[in-house]
Amino acid sequence: MEHLDRLEATSIYILREAYANFKSLCMLWSIGKDSTVLLWLARKAFFGHVPFPLVHVDTSFKIPEMITYRDQLTRDWRLNMVVGSNSSALAEKRTFPDGAVDRITCCQLLKTQALKDTLSGTGERRRFNHSSQQYEVDPSTEAYTGVIVGARADEEGSRSKERYFSPRNHQSEWDVGEQPPEFWNQYKTEFEPGTHVRIHPLLDWTELNIWEYIGREQIPTVSLYYNQGDGKRYRSLGCYPCTLPVDSESRTVDEIIAELKTGKFAHIAERSGRAQDAEDSGGLETLRREGYM
Amino acid sequence: MERPTMSIVIVGHVDHGKSTILGRLLADTDALPQGKLEQIQAFCERNSRPFEYAFLLDALKDERAQNITIDAARVFFRSAARRYLVIDAPGHVEFVRNMVTGASHAETALLVIDALEGVQENSRRHGYLLSMLGVRRVIVLINKMDLVEYRQERFDEVRLEYAAFLDTIHIQPLGYIPVSGREGDNIASRSPRMPWYEGPTVLESLDALESEPPPIDKPFRMPVQDVYRFTAFGDARRIVAGSVVSGKLAVGDPVVFYPSAKRSVVRSFESIGTPPAQITSGTAAGLTLDEQIYIHRGEIIAREGEVSPHVSDRLLVSLFWLGRQPLAVGKELWLKLGTARVKARVEEIRRVIDAGQPAQDGNGTGGATQVQRNEVTECTLSLGKALAFDRAAELQETGRFVLVDRFEICGGGIILDDAGDTQRAVRDSVMLRNLKWEKSTIPGDRRSEMYNQRATLVLVTGSRGVGRKDVAKRLETLLFEAGKKVYYLAIGSVLRGLDADLTGADPQSVRQEHIRRMAEVAHILLDAGLILIVTAIGLTPDDLEVFKAIVNPDTIVVVWVGNSETTGIAFDLQLPGHGSVDESSLAIKQLLQERGAILGF
Repeated sequence: MEHLDRLEATSIYILREAYANFKSLCMLWSIGKDSTVLLWLARKAFFGHVPFPLVHVDTSFKIPEMITYRDQLTRDWRLNMVVGSNSSALAEKRTFPDGAVDRITCCQLLKTQALKDTLSGTGERRRFNHSSQQYEVDPSTEAYTGVIVGARADEEGSRSKERYFSPRNHQSEWDVGEQPPEFWNQYKTEFEPGTHVRIHPLLDWTELNIWEYIGREQIPTVSLYYNQGDGKRYRSLGCYPCTLPVDSESRTVDEIIAELKTGKFAHIAERSGRAQDAEDSGGLETLRREGYM
Repeated sequence: MERPTMSIVIVGHVDHGKSTILGRLLADTDALPQGKLEQIQAFCERNSRPFEYAFLLDALKDERAQNITIDAARVFFRSAARRYLVIDAPGHVEFVRNMVTGASHAETALLVIDALEGVQENSRRHGYLLSMLGVRRVIVLINKMDLVEYRQERFDEVRLEYAAFLDTIHIQPLGYIPVSGREGDNIASRSPRMPWYEGPTVLESLDALESEPPPIDKPFRMPVQDVYRFTAFGDARRIVAGSVVSGKLAVGDPVVFYPSAKRSVVRSFESIGTPPAQITSGTAAGLTLDEQIYIHRGEIIAREGEVSPHVSDRLLVSLFWLGRQPLAVGKELWLKLGTARVKARVEEIRRVIDAGQPAQDGNGTGGATQVQRNEVTECTLSLGKALAFDRAAELQETGRFVLVDRFEICGGGIILDDAGDTQRAVRDSVMLRNLKWEKSTIPGDRRSEMYNQRATLVLVTGSRGVGRKDVAKRLETLLFEAGKKVYYLAIGSVLRGLDADLTGADPQSVRQEHIRRMAEVAHILLDAGLILIVTAIGLTPDDLEVFKAIVNPDTIVVVWVGNSETTGIAFDLQLPGHGSVDESSLAIKQLLQERGAILGF
């Protein structure tokens, strides 16, 4: 069995375990390549269906192609798409691009806080209505107790410490030192009321595996990942004020794979284009403990 | 073609140098992201600490503060031969559950022992755990050889001591390698300082290993994860989903589901691409069946004609306990094996082994009544309902389980043997009955949809003369008038007809046969899609076990009528004796609604 087949089979097993065990389940879809692979795996796991909502946290500063692509796939695959955002921070312009706060605080407000509120149901959720082709306020405010996330262990130090099924407490906080054991393929599927579990089917995938799989399965990905002729492409996607493209000639999946294997990116971290990680030595770790993905 | 990635785990006692060895492996195989080494070196300089390779892995701030690896971190590196996924497992005794997590996903283990300190508590405990977790390939690294002047005598001392221990738990390591993580001796390159050692380096040992082949030649086993019926976009398929843990299966093969012993034939495999012609161990599969039989999550699919799994409600196990509170006789927990989840009670603790101490006469403490955290025990478990499994020695994938207490996984273990099914004879007759059963073409869930109800057995029991029959009859009327297909049957009603031949000298065996026949009648009426209400005086836990062996346990609702329960039976609802018949029957109806047995009220 090929390595990619093994990774795929494990991820599908985890997705099905999540679906069998969590009544209120959702999957985060950041529009990026990892969570899009996850979405593809869900369609495989459930034979063409995606039997739970996909949640996207929109900061309103996402690169426009990301939103167009999101809504295109939502229609094509008839996804149950839910979008959340921190509407009060946006209305009061408490953001980094507005010059009101620093990058980390901006992430905390527009991503971490917005995500927490969307998951708990206290924040506004807008759901795509396939009849009207519009996003409409979602009447459901039920908290999600299982949240499927596309985090990978090789992305960054703190993510390498995650379990496949990682519990979060009432405040969405992550207690790294008190994690449950995972024997074989038995995961933590029981949880106290008020807490929730984050589920990580892609934990053992590397950036290279992701691209190899995208190539093999011909998964549609957003055009920003590819050089469109200006010698630049995005390696990791985020908000446009804080995410920079990298210099690269890669125009296709195969060229990206070749670049990752032998080229100049073989030894450069994937998130090197993300400015918020550089702001303090544990930037992402600080964010993750508080509930960031 | 490139060889598959191998997952390895590094285990051993705290401070014996696991992270240093791994840091060295990463640095020497050029696996570090650009700038990572310099970043950590700068960090050490700023904080006036000597640089250590271990810091490379301890990515989290508070880990650096405590200087202990607190979780199983995953890192990747590659040699000329293949890619490796390394799970760095912590050695601190408090963090055994992290080591378990790391090791249970690994194919090969590197077990690290400090040459200076020698064999310590966790050197043994981790060795024990590896054997229980099924990691059979172990390479022992005797580390910090630089601190013992690279002397062969010390290496041999430690090696012999540890070999004697491994011998007691039946582990044959692949080799012993003298290394120094700090100096890089015998990790990725051969050490000139230990000319007396002629074996391979750590990297050479790893590269020489072949990945373990998946158990394709063993009997077919696939735990059912779910039965999907996604009706969106006109999809009418009813797909049984699960991952194959051993063996292989093709379209047209006859299959048996355990523990229900239901049978069918594979009609197709499903997938969003081209469906496979056969499925083998490792495949995340989906299949449809020739006949619509009622099966559910937790059953194990086997191939008819191959060795079948065991079915029992009592198990003899060896388990590793991680709970904060001791595990005591009588303790009730949940047991999870494959996708099954059943209640388990500790019946007898046969012996307790402190996995951290040297083995004494090869035996643990006998006669103990409880098991402390991080101890291994051999005990018998009695289960709330029958479970399908294999003996771990024969098929480890379906021979291992975890225990869940409240919300936490607090132990894991392997099944040594069937400890004697309390319902063996009954279950055997059910197997034979299912084998010969001529199936209707109307599947159970079609009946459920048509009748707007799920077939359910309501057992109304209690002491004599408390009004059981009045409540049962009123319930029948209530449901009947609401349009339900319902039938009331007092157990006494079958005595003179169906049971007319039952006149043995032993009243106990007569009673048991009486119950068995009643349960078989219930099975027929439930198969017809009915809600069956049965009244019987003083049903015992043993009686209920007979019902559960014959009728799908998930369809049984037990109601005890009377102010005090006298037989020890587990009930779903208790009603007052001589209470209001209206209120009592409404309470049962309410329970049936909550359980989803009756729909459309």
